[in-house]
Amino acid sequence: MLNIKEIQTIEQDVIVIGAGGAGLRAAIESSAQGLRTGLVCKSLLGKAHTVMAEGGVAAAMGNVDKRDSWKFHFRDTMRGGKFLNDWLMVEHHAKESPDRVRELEEWGAVFDRTKEGLISQRNFGGHRFPRLAHVGDRTGLEIIRTLQDHGIHQGMDIYMEVTALELLKDGDRICGVLAYYRETGRFVIFKCKAVILATGGGGKAWKITSNSWEYTGDGYALAYEAGAELMDMEFTQFHPTGMVWPLSVKGILVTEGVRGDGGILLNNKGDRFMFKYIPEKFAPETADTVEEANRWLKADKNARRPPELLTRDVVAKAINAEVKAGRGSPHGGVFLNIATQLPGDIIKKKLPSMYHQFKELAEVDITKDPMEVGPTLHYFMGGVRVNPHTQESTTVPGLFAAGECSAGMNGANRLGGNSLSDLLVFGRLAGIGAKEYITKLSGSVNINEDQVTTAIRKATDILNREKGTNPYLIHEKLQETMQDNVGIIRIEKELETALSDIEKLKAEAALVKAPGSSQYNPGWHEALSLHSMLVTSEAVARAALIRQESRGGHTREDFPDESKEWVKYNIVSKKGPDGKMITEKLMKMDPPEHLRLIADASLEDLEAGKI
Amino acid sequence: MANSSINIRQSNYLGTLRADNWWLYPAFVVFGFTSFVIYATWAAFQGDNYYFDGGLMSEHFGGYLSPMYSPLVWVKSGVHGGAPLHHAWLGEMPAWMPAFVTPAFFIVGFPLAFRFTCYYYRKAYYRAFAGAPPACAVGAVPQKEYKGETGLLIFQNLHRYALYFAILVLFILAYDAFMSFFRDGQLGVGVGSIVLLVNPILLGAYTFGCHSFRHLVGGKMDCMSCSKGRLFAWKNVTKLNMNHELWAWCSLVWVGFTDVYIRLTAMGVIHDFHTWAN
Amino acid sequence: MALRTFKVYRGNDKAGELKEYQVNVEEGMVVLDVLHRIQADQENDMAIRWNCKAGKCGSCSCEINGKPKLSCMTRMNSYGPDEVITVTPIKTFPVIKDLVTDVSWNYAQNKRIKPFQPDPKKKDERGYYMMQEDVERTQEFRKCIECFLCQNVCHVLRDHDRKDAFVGPRFMIRLASLEMHPLDIADRIPEVRKDYGSGYCNITRCCTDVCPEHIQITDNAIIPLKERVVDRYYDPIAWVARKITGDKK
Repeated sequence: MLNIKEIQTIEQDVIVIGAGGAGLRAAIESSAQGLRTGLVCKSLLGKAHTVMAEGGVAAAMGNVDKRDSWKFHFRDTMRGGKFLNDWLMVEHHAKESPDRVRELEEWGAVFDRTKEGLISQRNFGGHRFPRLAHVGDRTGLEIIRTLQDHGIHQGMDIYMEVTALELLKDGDRICGVLAYYRETGRFVIFKCKAVILATGGGGKAWKITSNSWEYTGDGYALAYEAGAELMDMEFTQFHPTGMVWPLSVKGILVTEGVRGDGGILLNNKGDRFMFKYIPEKFAPETADTVEEANRWLKADKNARRPPELLTRDVVAKAINAEVKAGRGSPHGGVFLNIATQLPGDIIKKKLPSMYHQFKELAEVDITKDPMEVGPTLHYFMGGVRVNPHTQESTTVPGLFAAGECSAGMNGANRLGGNSLSDLLVFGRLAGIGAKEYITKLSGSVNINEDQVTTAIRKATDILNREKGTNPYLIHEKLQETMQDNVGIIRIEKELETALSDIEKLKAEAALVKAPGSSQYNPGWHEALSLHSMLVTSEAVARAALIRQESRGGHTREDFPDESKEWVKYNIVSKKGPDGKMITEKLMKMDPPEHLRLIADASLEDLEAGKI
Repeated sequence: MANSSINIRQSNYLGTLRADNWWLYPAFVVFGFTSFVIYATWAAFQGDNYYFDGGLMSEHFGGYLSPMYSPLVWVKSGVHGGAPLHHAWLGEMPAWMPAFVTPAFFIVGFPLAFRFTCYYYRKAYYRAFAGAPPACAVGAVPQKEYKGETGLLIFQNLHRYALYFAILVLFILAYDAFMSFFRDGQLGVGVGSIVLLVNPILLGAYTFGCHSFRHLVGGKMDCMSCSKGRLFAWKNVTKLNMNHELWAWCSLVWVGFTDVYIRLTAMGVIHDFHTWAN
Repeated sequence: MALRTFKVYRGNDKAGELKEYQVNVEEGMVVLDVLHRIQADQENDMAIRWNCKAGKCGSCSCEINGKPKLSCMTRMNSYGPDEVITVTPIKTFPVIKDLVTDVSWNYAQNKRIKPFQPDPKKKDERGYYMMQEDVERTQEFRKCIECFLCQNVCHVLRDHDRKDAFVGPRFMIRLASLEMHPLDIADRIPEVRKDYGSGYCNITRCCTDVCPEHIQITDNAIIPLKERVVDRYYDPIAWVARKITGDKK
């Protein structure tokens, strides 16, 4: 019989799960608020997926173009998100991100500079003005390293290579986390008053993704099992430009910065096809001739932006259509060419890590030859449904979420550069939220021993079973069904196939077997993450089936248009009393008048300061 | 299946799993340095055939002077291929000086000190001669308590003083190059002039690419934009510094070659093509 | 596709073996792909660390045929068609299991370094001011992905095990990035010499040779720091000048 007294117990006020940008920012804030804070992460510190972010962090500082302001950023984000975003979160984000970026500089970040000596800003898809503070094409690394180097001096405890298995509850409210050390396989209980989830998304359920092994949707599953609501899960962003060759790097990100700096998309006929795919809504703001696009690149303020810089969903779908029509590149993508647009030494200076990546992984010299690119699953707009003022879960007291793991900020589609500012703004907000929650808290919390022993037994069964299915095989099957049936273009029949496949895989996963001991055993780790991926996949597929329209990151072949009716609803999933997933429509709140005015305003009126 | 047990954490001298020819670099360094040191020692002890002006021993400006003997503090007169007396700063070598002492003895220390404390040469000889380490990821020579440059080798910190003297010598060698375009006071050019001209150019590229120099001209500042002049200097020194290893070898080989060329010319073994009348 | 022979270290810090595997290798594969294939098909419990698979996170450091490398950036076609490929963990740090090592010592070093301290005079309401040419040196060092290959190959740590005296190349560039930061006003030169051990580096440059980010660790970080130490502690003229001007640094 398992004796809970023998399990190591660590007490903290707050446990932050995930040490990417959002997790680190939340932990820094929580420490600054005087709370004893523990930061739990699956990898080593500083390796989280934030390092992969390349282009920059969006903040309306107006360093490059003085016309920019939070109102434009707000409007761009709402339009990018197809008006499904949480109005208040978008407002808070647009107003606060400049301060969060300047704060990074206070902590040692070294962004590229303008001639004046201020933080430089670059153009990006969907942003009206040059708005992305950046460091070449390694902005994410700069941010995570800055937060890491600042964070380690703030008094937090960091638990590296520790995976959370289950959120522990005392009645309704959070009282701790059950986790295990990957190194030894030992279990550990973190007893705490609040938990902040910052676990990122769940791209690993797909075959072609820019996400690393860590992206198994842990936060979604942890929250879901604890009774939280998952919202907007059908909105999965396919980044238009991932590598398509060689096979082993398929899906790895090619930064939007390539297009921001002038890169053009071509099909195998040599046509710059994006001119054919400009949606009506964006037509007034998009160049319709090559000549005008070139002028824009030379910083002509009267020219409109090139169509390559339309929002990610539009570009991804256009590439998908070109490939399906037989106009793709040899390895099933399209060509992205910067070699003809910029001199070689400038390319190397502006996009050093892209140059590096293609040279070393694909043996392509991007200063001479075009890249081959295609869509890759990149980001979850949806996630844990939270209170926009505190980032606290709508249903579980003491549970907070920030960054990609939470929903609301990005609506149906995220603009490039908004994720880095999102994690700074809402990471901080979650830290403050946790402080407010804990201050009001009375009485002590108690760990429920049954919950702990059940969870541990479930985990160790995987090792102790005589025989069972190979966890890698189940993962592979899940990736195949998600890729084929819940991809960029969705259709009712395929979504139903996916759901029935997921049911079968759930049964298989219940009997999974990992050989070897519990000490640093990747097979066991893989088996333990299957549950998270299955919950995530099911939530995506269910929500995708219900939403009968095409909007942002969700495209239905059987309902190809945006519907006026559907903009009023979010789709929310939660665990029902019978243990099955319940997915339903939820009416969105009406926007505050002052925000609606900004979102609907014409650019001219905004620029003129009429609104 | 052929599985083999291995003690992964143990350090053995020369122990490595590297299968490439990692020993090529240290072998090359040992060969290069040893050859140069043997030749230079031999040449310094000769005391003759270090100067050539077509055999005129002219009192006028001009002539080829080997960099291994320059600057001349004292000269011995009546030596075959020696410089005329007026070339020496202090004239005739004092009589009390032991017989084996040649003019090279007084100046050899300056370039030696500069090269010995040079940040590039340190890598080369620590690897090749001290085996600390012989090559990357190849087991180092075991040491009781490794001290690096905090113990006996602490004098390496004075590299910049060696640099100051090296810059002085460089200007003298540039003067020698200028001088080589004259013979008996007449302007002209010979193959030897070209050889002597290349010498300070290579040495200059090496000396002005020195890490200490790079630090002193601008590297020590945190605000590079505060002085445009120093930023410009630092940028250009940096360009030379990036190829410090190349310049170190080229200039070393060329110094040796220049001495060989002048020696053979002075000995009459080879003919120096030139534009002068004689 | 071709069948290739691999030898991979299996074991812990005390004992282990090079175990042989036959793997099908396809065009475009890197060494990490092959390790994953072994893991999925033959050895579910073979321990490796990896994350981004694009040379950006620095997790998959190991030694391939004796050379410290990122396995995700080492292409199979950089080896001869019949070459046996041996993969071992980085040698300088204790092995936890197979290819995974305990690198916590490095995190402890980072914590010892005095944090960034900006000069409040260099900012107004629009932020801090610094020029591109001033930040470029620091930016080079901030490219570091903390793969610790430089720490692994540094013979001071690897062969002589002087972890007590020298922080290693990774933290020399961290120190250089702070010391050369145009906004930073903290002074770390005394610690660079005494606590972090700049004198232990004998500039044999293996750190620079193995850096996957091609950071000029030796030329741009360690030597400039050594020169700053010389300014403060070894240069008699600089010492006299300080006495005359009354400058403490």
